[in-house]
Amino acid sequence: MTTIAEQETRAVIKSAVLSQGAWQKILAFASLIALMAVFSIASENFLQRDNLIGILQATAVNGVLAVAATFVIITGGIDLSVGTLMTFCAVIAGVFLTYWGLPMPVGILAAIAAGALCGSISGAIIAKMKVPPFIATLGMMMLLKGLALVISGTRPIYFNDTPNFPMISQESLIGTILPFLPIPNGVLILFVVAIVSSIVLTRTALGRYTFALGSNEEAVRLSGVNTDFWKIIVYTVSGAICGIAGLIIASRLNSAQPALGQGYELDAIAAVVIGGTSLSGGRGTILGTIIGALIISVLTNGLRILSVAQEWQTVVTGIIIILAVYADILRRKGQG
Amino acid sequence: MLNRRTLIGAIGIGALVGLAGPAAAQETYIPLISKGFQHQFWQAVKAGAEQAAKDYKVRITFEGPDSETMVDKQIDMLSAALAKNPQAIGFAALDSQAAIPLLRKAQAAKIPVIAFDSGVDSDIPLTTAATNNIAAAALAADKMAEFIGGEGDIALVVHDQTSRTGIDRRDGFVNRIKEKYPKINIVSVQYGSGDHLKSTEITKSILQANPKLKGIFGANEGSAIGVVNGAKEMNRKIVIIGYDSGKQQKQAIQEGLMAGAITQNPVGIGYKTVEAAVKALKGEKLDKVIDTGFFYYDKSNMSDPKISAVLYD
Repeated sequence: MTTIAEQETRAVIKSAVLSQGAWQKILAFASLIALMAVFSIASENFLQRDNLIGILQATAVNGVLAVAATFVIITGGIDLSVGTLMTFCAVIAGVFLTYWGLPMPVGILAAIAAGALCGSISGAIIAKMKVPPFIATLGMMMLLKGLALVISGTRPIYFNDTPNFPMISQESLIGTILPFLPIPNGVLILFVVAIVSSIVLTRTALGRYTFALGSNEEAVRLSGVNTDFWKIIVYTVSGAICGIAGLIIASRLNSAQPALGQGYELDAIAAVVIGGTSLSGGRGTILGTIIGALIISVLTNGLRILSVAQEWQTVVTGIIIILAVYADILRRKGQG
Repeated sequence: MLNRRTLIGAIGIGALVGLAGPAAAQETYIPLISKGFQHQFWQAVKAGAEQAAKDYKVRITFEGPDSETMVDKQIDMLSAALAKNPQAIGFAALDSQAAIPLLRKAQAAKIPVIAFDSGVDSDIPLTTAATNNIAAAALAADKMAEFIGGEGDIALVVHDQTSRTGIDRRDGFVNRIKEKYPKINIVSVQYGSGDHLKSTEITKSILQANPKLKGIFGANEGSAIGVVNGAKEMNRKIVIIGYDSGKQQKQAIQEGLMAGAITQNPVGIGYKTVEAAVKALKGEKLDKVIDTGFFYYDKSNMSDPKISAVLYD
């Protein structure tokens, strides 16, 4: 049985990998570079080291959330709770570190564990109770938003008693080695999360099943794979990654802001889709997602640097999102 | 496909340059990073800032996040503003602590920071142009007590429980009632994000639960309009005191649905912020706080030029 299952999933993966060759990645990267070129020509203030670092820092949270969403979206699911789950995990870190005065590593583990736990609950609701992912995670989004407010007493929790906490995202490990490149740790974490996730998706059984679930869940299930189990695992991993995002944002703001989080899921999903991951599942890459997240940040920052009126910034961002996805569709047609 | 892409890119460049407009190199540039943008209140602050920009011949931009919970988005805006090498910066912090690293950077670059609205909890800003929300909400409490005859049940619909203005207006109102009016009982304080619809639903449930309720204080524009809508839908006659202005709220006062409201001076906040920045650049000494003032207005004084000048649609 397992050999058939393996063959089945391998075949699915193979087609998924082949349909998005290296060419596509180069083009997606090219559009990011093109966007940056436009802004560099339009304003001398854009291509400055501090501004580029600012862009990377603005990408850290959305990028990590988008990686979390990529896992779920490849299975053909959706996760609307990534933003409020991030906030919930930040609040949990606050409870452990500020309320209970526990050491920093404990708080970090608690935040990630809380994310994994909530993710596994979402996964179980979807896999075992057969609630559609959209509704299950919508429910989780509200539930977690409420819990974050309840646990924090509706007030921000500050990390002033944990003086090293801001280090997680604000200080720069790279900068201590290469002083001319003070890339904040939050960005470093984003890249580590992305690389590890990419390896998981392309080189492990979990990755294979993630793609297989999105391509043809029924076929995978009939070939003897415990699809419910793997689905729960995917949501658990995604939740743990949201926990990491919670640590980055809490560290950046030096506080857990309980009211924040709603709306962040849409930015994350936008990054995933711009990066070429299909909302119907079975296809996607982490590299694409990171490029998608960078495109959003570059666009937001560039329009600000150009002092484009804010109402027009929103219009332009909307247009670019549609164009980016349309270009991706054209590319795919051309290849097919 | 590459051609299509280049074409799109070219159109993009054209559009961006067009939108950005001409950028002169030597003028004084002062970006204002606000707590919000879409709300009419912020648009009035923006209008005041633009007026001052015209009077003092400086260039300003005005930006704020979509929602007052988006602390990190506001920090990104501040970061982008600093990248533009401005001469001064106006800033209304959503969370002061989160902004400290960037404000230090501004300080190091000798860029004067002027705080406005809820201000910034730090020594870095040279001054703060703001409304005294505690005193203003206490005035609303006095008016409420006057209208309901000093006794009975009342409630509050507040925009949120984490922001400075939310906390100050709630506490300013609640504390005044507790100190001065022992016979008035606050039965409920609810939060509706300043969202009209949410505040309407909240109001309806408060009215449903408290048949003897005499009055509700709506702590910002969205909350106040929600209270008016809720009372209207439930067909209940209660005393409503609002906050800020806006077309709907002004209309509610004119129609007698709302007794009156507190108005800040948003145009003045914007104007004084830019004015203070200009003064700072000239090296003038500034007071630590610039009180931009507040008024109680109702049907009787709405058309008074002093009041109508600070009300916005």
